[in-house]
Amino acid sequence: MTDTAPISGQGAGIGRSARAALWMRGIGHTLVPVATIVAAILGLWYLACIPMNAQSSVLAAARAGIAVTPESPAERRQMGGLALALANPEVAVSGAFGQDRARLPAPHQVAAELWAGTAGEPIGSNRSLVYHGWVTLSATLLGFVIGTGLGIALAVGIVHSRVMDMSVLPWAIVSQTVPIIAIAPMIIVVLYSIGIQGIVPKAVISAYLSFFPVVVGMVKGLRSPDGMQLDLLATYGASKAQIFRKLRLPASMPYLFASLKIGIAASLVGAIVGELPTGASAGFGARLLAGSYYGQTEQIWAALFAAAILAALCVGALGVVERALLGRMGMRS
Amino acid sequence: MLLVSLALILWAGAWYANARLANGPAADSAMVRLAVPLVFGATLLAMWELIVRGLGVPMVILPAPSVIAATFADRIGTLWEDFVQTFVKGALSGYAIGCVAAFAVAILADRVDFLRRGLLPVGNFMAALPIVGTAPILVMWFGFDWQSKAAVVVVMVFFPMLVNTVAGLAETGAMQRDLMRTYGASYLQTLLKLRIPAAMPFVFNGLKISTTLALIGAIVAEFFGSPIRGVGFRISTSVGQLALDMVWAEIAVAALAGTLFYGAIAAVEKRVTFWHPSHRT
Repeated sequence: MTDTAPISGQGAGIGRSARAALWMRGIGHTLVPVATIVAAILGLWYLACIPMNAQSSVLAAARAGIAVTPESPAERRQMGGLALALANPEVAVSGAFGQDRARLPAPHQVAAELWAGTAGEPIGSNRSLVYHGWVTLSATLLGFVIGTGLGIALAVGIVHSRVMDMSVLPWAIVSQTVPIIAIAPMIIVVLYSIGIQGIVPKAVISAYLSFFPVVVGMVKGLRSPDGMQLDLLATYGASKAQIFRKLRLPASMPYLFASLKIGIAASLVGAIVGELPTGASAGFGARLLAGSYYGQTEQIWAALFAAAILAALCVGALGVVERALLGRMGMRS
Repeated sequence: MLLVSLALILWAGAWYANARLANGPAADSAMVRLAVPLVFGATLLAMWELIVRGLGVPMVILPAPSVIAATFADRIGTLWEDFVQTFVKGALSGYAIGCVAAFAVAILADRVDFLRRGLLPVGNFMAALPIVGTAPILVMWFGFDWQSKAAVVVVMVFFPMLVNTVAGLAETGAMQRDLMRTYGASYLQTLLKLRIPAAMPFVFNGLKISTTLALIGAIVAEFFGSPIRGVGFRISTSVGQLALDMVWAEIAVAALAGTLFYGAIAAVEKRVTFWHPSHRT
């Protein structure tokens, strides 16, 4: 796993510092393989477009009067996409990458739809992905803050009270094996029937999805100081509050951030799923659902990628905060 | 009001009993460790029942546990049908395909270092994304029946499983591999006799994470379209009819399925990785 070649080997001769050499090696080590994998995925995606869209590209060609191999449409419908593409290679290839409502839109079509949705629309517009993203993100963040706050509070209680530890923690752990997202539709409808709608029901779903990972991770983190460290503070005559503030809390930070990253991803999924059942008019979930109703595949893919980018940004932002905080605390992660 | 105050008294009593148990002399015995959470859970259920009855909370907001239990018993046939559709057909088949595929790719990635360095960051990145959003696309491709749900589950479990297996295969030390080399073991022998067994704790970690993901994928995919059975389908239609007792019964089914599935994998893990420090007592 570890590179054993001497640092001075690369870059030392042309006067770069070891740090720069390390950095260069890091690029050669990860960037090239990752770029290759991503390029391979894109290539496979383009290739897959040909058989996936063969039915409609051959149909369009037949309508335009070009001779296609099985002449009757009924016969063509019986065939698989791959067989049809092999029977009419030219038509299938030329028609695969520009269809409207394609079964599998090509990457550049999705990118164009993403671009049109973000840069091509005014932000307040109903077609703007930035607007839908904000609707989903605001519910996600509100829920995430509530869920994390409650989770940390419960974890503090669990660490300090043996009764809570023994009675609540097993249920928190079991709850991780339960697909709690199944409650989402019910929460939306129940809160609606008592007059609460809008951002709050989605935030409630996000909150309970991020709550349990934070509880479990934070309990682990608050318990991570070993007996020796606790004993040292005890010999200093530290009170429980001091032990908490000066030892347990700092020690728990790496664990907290690990579970925060899981929690924010879960929160986002919660907010998206929360937009499904009521036929919400805004948000990524609404875009996905509307796209699947009307067969607007590009819209679905664009919403999916926008959601993925949003999730990556959230997790990335937490990572930046983590690095800055742990760096200042003298704990390099 | 009588029932509500009864609930509060019950809460105080149960908490006192748990406090006595947890701080008492037998706190570390297995019996007490099991009893305390059970008492807590039972108290919550009893309070739920008493408060719902005492305050006359309408059914469309929160049905009492007894009503849910009655519905569960009444419609056990429907629930079983939904369970088979969602869990056995959708989640389980997708879980098996996804985990086997991820394991195979992990072996390949482990063999070709370039592939490992490329796939691991991509896999880590994908594992954090809201993959469940692929459900509408896969439902469009594979139809409304269980095949599309299995496809969603395959995509969901693939990346966590891949990342864990690759990490596990890197787990053996240089000394152990050198030993195998001095024995003159081939790549395949080293893989089968040393590295795969050593990777098992990681593999099972991935398998356990994937149990929950599989159920989530199968249920959420049904929100995007399904035949007229399945846990997710029943939840979304019963919510529409405000039949919340049925919704809770389905949630109980999902919870039971999830816990038992996880428990089954954990039990297998205990037998396979009996040598691991976390299982030696």
